[in-house]
Amino acid sequence: MRPRIAFFDFASCEGCQLAILNCEDRLLDLLQLVDIVEFREALSEKGARYDVAFVEGSIHREIDAERLRDIRARSRLLVALGACASTGNVQAAANALSPAENFARVYGEAARNRVQADRRHWPLWAHTRVRPIEEVVEVDHHLRGCPVVPEEFLRFLGHVLAGTRPMERPHAVCTECKAAGVRCVFERGETCMGQVTWAGCRAICTRQGYRCDGCRGLLPDANLAAHRRVLREHGLDDEAIDARYDLFCAAGRQAIEEGPL
Amino acid sequence: MSQGTWTVKVEHVTRVEGHGSIRIDVRDGSVREVELHIVEANRFFESFVRGMGPAEIPWVVSRVCGICCVGHQLAATKAVEAALGIEPSAQTVRLRRLLNLSQFIQSHVLHVFFLAVPDFLGAPSVLPLARTHPDTVRRALRLKKLANDFTAVFGGRTLHPMTGTVGGWRKLPDLDAVADIRRRLVEALPELEAAVATVAELPLPDFERETEYVSLWHPDRYALYDGEVYSSDTKGTAPVSSYESICNEYAVARSTSKRSRWHRDSYMVGALARVNNAFDRLRPEAREVAERLGLRTPCFNPYANNAAQVVEIAHCFHESLALLDEVLGEGLVPEEPVAGTPGGRGVGAVEVPRGILFHDYSFDADGRCVAANAVIPTSQNVASIEDDMRAFAPRMVKEMSREDVTLHLEMLLRAYDPCISCSVHMLDVRFEG
Repeated sequence: MRPRIAFFDFASCEGCQLAILNCEDRLLDLLQLVDIVEFREALSEKGARYDVAFVEGSIHREIDAERLRDIRARSRLLVALGACASTGNVQAAANALSPAENFARVYGEAARNRVQADRRHWPLWAHTRVRPIEEVVEVDHHLRGCPVVPEEFLRFLGHVLAGTRPMERPHAVCTECKAAGVRCVFERGETCMGQVTWAGCRAICTRQGYRCDGCRGLLPDANLAAHRRVLREHGLDDEAIDARYDLFCAAGRQAIEEGPL
Repeated sequence: MSQGTWTVKVEHVTRVEGHGSIRIDVRDGSVREVELHIVEANRFFESFVRGMGPAEIPWVVSRVCGICCVGHQLAATKAVEAALGIEPSAQTVRLRRLLNLSQFIQSHVLHVFFLAVPDFLGAPSVLPLARTHPDTVRRALRLKKLANDFTAVFGGRTLHPMTGTVGGWRKLPDLDAVADIRRRLVEALPELEAAVATVAELPLPDFERETEYVSLWHPDRYALYDGEVYSSDTKGTAPVSSYESICNEYAVARSTSKRSRWHRDSYMVGALARVNNAFDRLRPEAREVAERLGLRTPCFNPYANNAAQVVEIAHCFHESLALLDEVLGEGLVPEEPVAGTPGGRGVGAVEVPRGILFHDYSFDADGRCVAANAVIPTSQNVASIEDDMRAFAPRMVKEMSREDVTLHLEMLLRAYDPCISCSVHMLDVRFEG
């Protein structure tokens, strides 16, 4: 039996599903090996049970959490697809304010009061907070990054087809950057999150002239105290450092600095 | 054919970007209500970017949308530069225009051949087409790969590019890679011809509703990157900075997407609006494609948006070739990004595949964002989609089976290529009453 694969999305840009569709060269070969039974962005088909469910997006409302629990119950393996599902991504920064304040900033106070008073549509507007999917269900594997790295997705599927489980090997973007022979971002007079960020992207941003902003999430054993000292030595104050950690990992920093959830 | 009393709710419409539902309510054979519900969860970009610096904003708001991340970056970059008083170099603007063109080709190819065409060929998705129409699918995959590689040469990667920044370019594209993309575009012209032939054979649902068409307008060229805002109702333009009195955004409870109206209850943006408003500014090769597709402007059939996208693919191919020749002829010179003065407000607009996109940012004297607003094409189109559905549904109900009513409503939604991060799960369709 070919494995039954499904894709689901919650609050996200859906770019990680696009990144999968962008494996043009290998897509048709892949379809010989797996059955894609659900992929709302590309297909109208719908399945009921899945060998692997790839979940993109963060969870903001109880209706979304319920849907995710339902997907979990019907899936043998559940994989976080990309930064929104893995870490909450940039939108987790919205947790710094209450939902009511966020709604007021985006829709205006009058409109917020009006739409939120309509009981028929209340669940739509019942934003709680931005959560990575692991705060709602058990996650078997993480495909990190904003966006995901297609090669990591294909490698993971290879494991599924071989009946093996891939290992998540925590190491830093910094090592991949050094291996690629890129001039250190700090030497260019800028600052970088590469020392404390999950690798696997082959340091694509530093290779393309930018810095690492930590979109793949903070390493669980990262020495943030030491990293903070380095950033201070390079001219950032604590507020600026917090902003850098929070840019892609607002939901993750507190978890690491304040201990396990 | 679908007389009687019944309600269909198509939840989570498939093959659209984002989550939306369509509800049609029929009482005694007449349509009581057709509604489009946008159920996407809020991400509050306009709230949480407050406090961020100018350079971070285009990089972060790129994450609003995977399909048009380039457009969001460009609109935000232009807005930030307007606020800071930055005038980018001619080289920078040329590279940005190429980046934008590459995204148009990628997005239009994806939408026409993977999301819309299955409806016309009676397939639930592109997957069965890989067996029944393998040449069409493989050709579309090759065109899409070319467009993605094109974006990556200029942007550093296909999704959420990182090479461009406020005031200039962090890393210039490699000229050999630029030449290679040019060669591949030329080689792909016959593929494009064949793709046009495929679309020319597709039937077009018979429906028209004349409305207001809104797009960027430029005196010298088909406006995709810059220009003023043109309305087919006034036959005149308004400056981009007046976008708030153009979009007139308002909220309704059944939809987490805001809505827009200008001179009427709704207006349309996107490929059909642009082609209608600026047909004479298209590249001649694109106008020929329009003729082969039978697309005559002004065209009031929203289903023809797919054909308009194909016309634009041809335009973008030839516009890209011209700009690539300029880049290859003049070479690329490393430039320091232009710096600006912190503080002030700026509005930026670009055309993205789904229509005109506005970004608006204000900064304090320390360079922190204090206010942000973005008006995306789909939120401008939502009211127009609903008005089309209301206009067409009564005839659909008389002439079609319930299943075909549902299909044609979904196709109408898909024709707009909505980017509500959206799609209709067929199994969720419920027939009641």
